[in-house]
Amino acid sequence: MFTSRAIRVLAIAVLGGSVLAACGTDSGGGSASSSAAGIAGQACVAGSIKASGSTAQKNAIAAWVNAYQTACGAGSTIDYQATGSGAGIQDFINKQTAFAGSDSPLKDADHAKANAMCAAGPALDIPMVGGAVVLAYNLAGVDKLVLPTTVIAGIYANTITMWNDPAIIAANPGVTLPTATIAAFHRSDSSGTTDNFTKYLKTAAASNWTYDSGKEWAAPGGQGAKGSDGMANAVAATANSIAYMELSFAQNAKLAVASVDNGGGAIVPSPETAAATISSATVTGTGNDLSLSIDYTTTTGYPIVLVTYEITCEKGGDPANVPLTKAFLTYTSSDEGQGKLTAIGYVPITGDLLTKVRTSVSSISG
Amino acid sequence: MSTTLEPPGAGMIEPRSIHGQAVRRGDRIFRSASLAAGIVILAIIVSIGIFLIWRAIPSLQANSANFFTSSAWFPDHTPPAFGIAALTFGTLFTAAIAMVLAVPVGIGIALFIAQYADRRLASSLGFVTDLLAAVPSIIFGMWGLSFLTPHMEGVGRWLNDYLGFIPIFRNDLNQYSKSILIAGVVLAIMILPTISALSREVLTQVPSSTIEASLALGATRWEMVRQAMFPFARPGMISASMLGLGRALGETIAVALILSASNDINWHISEPGGNTFAANIALKWNEATPIGLSALIASGLVLFAITLVVNTIARGIITRHAEFREGS
Repeated sequence: MFTSRAIRVLAIAVLGGSVLAACGTDSGGGSASSSAAGIAGQACVAGSIKASGSTAQKNAIAAWVNAYQTACGAGSTIDYQATGSGAGIQDFINKQTAFAGSDSPLKDADHAKANAMCAAGPALDIPMVGGAVVLAYNLAGVDKLVLPTTVIAGIYANTITMWNDPAIIAANPGVTLPTATIAAFHRSDSSGTTDNFTKYLKTAAASNWTYDSGKEWAAPGGQGAKGSDGMANAVAATANSIAYMELSFAQNAKLAVASVDNGGGAIVPSPETAAATISSATVTGTGNDLSLSIDYTTTTGYPIVLVTYEITCEKGGDPANVPLTKAFLTYTSSDEGQGKLTAIGYVPITGDLLTKVRTSVSSISG
Repeated sequence: MSTTLEPPGAGMIEPRSIHGQAVRRGDRIFRSASLAAGIVILAIIVSIGIFLIWRAIPSLQANSANFFTSSAWFPDHTPPAFGIAALTFGTLFTAAIAMVLAVPVGIGIALFIAQYADRRLASSLGFVTDLLAAVPSIIFGMWGLSFLTPHMEGVGRWLNDYLGFIPIFRNDLNQYSKSILIAGVVLAIMILPTISALSREVLTQVPSSTIEASLALGATRWEMVRQAMFPFARPGMISASMLGLGRALGETIAVALILSASNDINWHISEPGGNTFAANIALKWNEATPIGLSALIASGLVLFAITLVVNTIARGIITRHAEFREGS
């Protein structure tokens, strides 16, 4: 499974690299030097930086790093270790890395430490990779399923336990639902996906979901599975089951996914519908810090989304790291960079938010 | 060693040291080397303990729940709330199931190899059981998750249908995967080679004079095993079981993959649920905040203490039996 994904990422990166080279020639307008040693309209920057953090954005970073190094050669090295968001933030605060990948923006205590580390300027949360959390299910003969948000909360709060519950039948006219117990899977390990999923439940279905949100699962009942791949395997192997996972895992395992009805009709999860929700998020950070507050009650986009951030210093970062960090993030926030995300199961940042992200990246300086 | 290599005439020098008037330098060096090795072991154990306590203190001070009676595990909440009740329960319960299944089978295998099987079969059987010990635990976990789990559903149903009047076998959820029972079965298979290999060693060391004397007095094979072999081998079999128990208590990744890892105390062994210290640490480590890390270390300290207590009890049992044997 990992090998096949790695091969896919590699293939996409190689393909992307060749497409990019072609784009460079077009936009470069005859400037041979920039198309030969540039990426996404900017010149290559040599150097070597380390980064660590979120496992959720691992494949996106891997694709970007491959594309960057394919275009710019071995002189530009970006080494991203997927150690988990918490460890990534600690590494960044301890000056071990040039930037951290994180599933959530810096918390106040960490932000203060990171600002102190940056000295000359604040640490920035820059949203870079979006994702959609989908509800994958295994129900024989049911290839289209709509779940209202209140029903999702009921299933995971253990108040709706049968597939033929009146609330599920009401949302799915004409669909024959089995008289079977729902095997609802949640993550047994600590996970940013759980954090985002429970935030959505807590916000959009407050009366049906009375538990805390967080990386640890807090509700009783259900069954735990380790990792997103463990969740996908559990759904594939268990009849009458349902599990939440990132879109790419459901796609790779070829699982059926439910549409979510947040009160404005059923919305099919896709990179486009999720991107609509992410681009309408409210920026709560100050200045060039782009911490987001996602509107989980949206009726115009797919509501269960997550945003992962790159965290780095606006000013005062290690001078040896700043040029390549800025160049790499400029590339990842470019149209080419964001354009790679959909094919590997992520959701791109779009619209006004993308403009803000680019402004934020361009503010980075030594 | 040196005596066997020296010519017979040189042996005349030997008695000097036996009479004790001159201690050789080699003896002194060896004595201090082995003393140092002993001290190093103790120092390592003590420093592990100190490290765990030191790293556990920050989270224990911040903890708002009772560390010993709470089942929750939310070290990232403000204020943090976590406790080890469910972890202790799950760890001891899975290990107990593993012991119930593995000890009789392990000793049975050892007995068969030592007494009943013919020599060629015995050596190949011994080889195969030793091989089982070399299988990495992640393989057991994946096997348990993808192969054993579907097959254990029938066992769980049977227990519920026919033995459901005994509370621990009842299943109210009609779901049979990810249970303490499955984890216990996988752990039993994992500790089997430890128990059977060590038991086999002690059973083959029973003096043949004892065995022959018993048989000569008219004992049947089974009576001989019961009356002559078991009393001799019992301390060894107990320590073999305790080594197996140690592995069952500390097993990490196989249990983390199989168990549902829900932090509650559920006596129904075939229902999804249960969590253990080691599995909890493996599952939460990656995304842990500094307080979360400290909380995990605090739980590691408890596992460390439980293992020490179990080993101490085992030592006590072995010593008592050893004295009994020498006395009789």
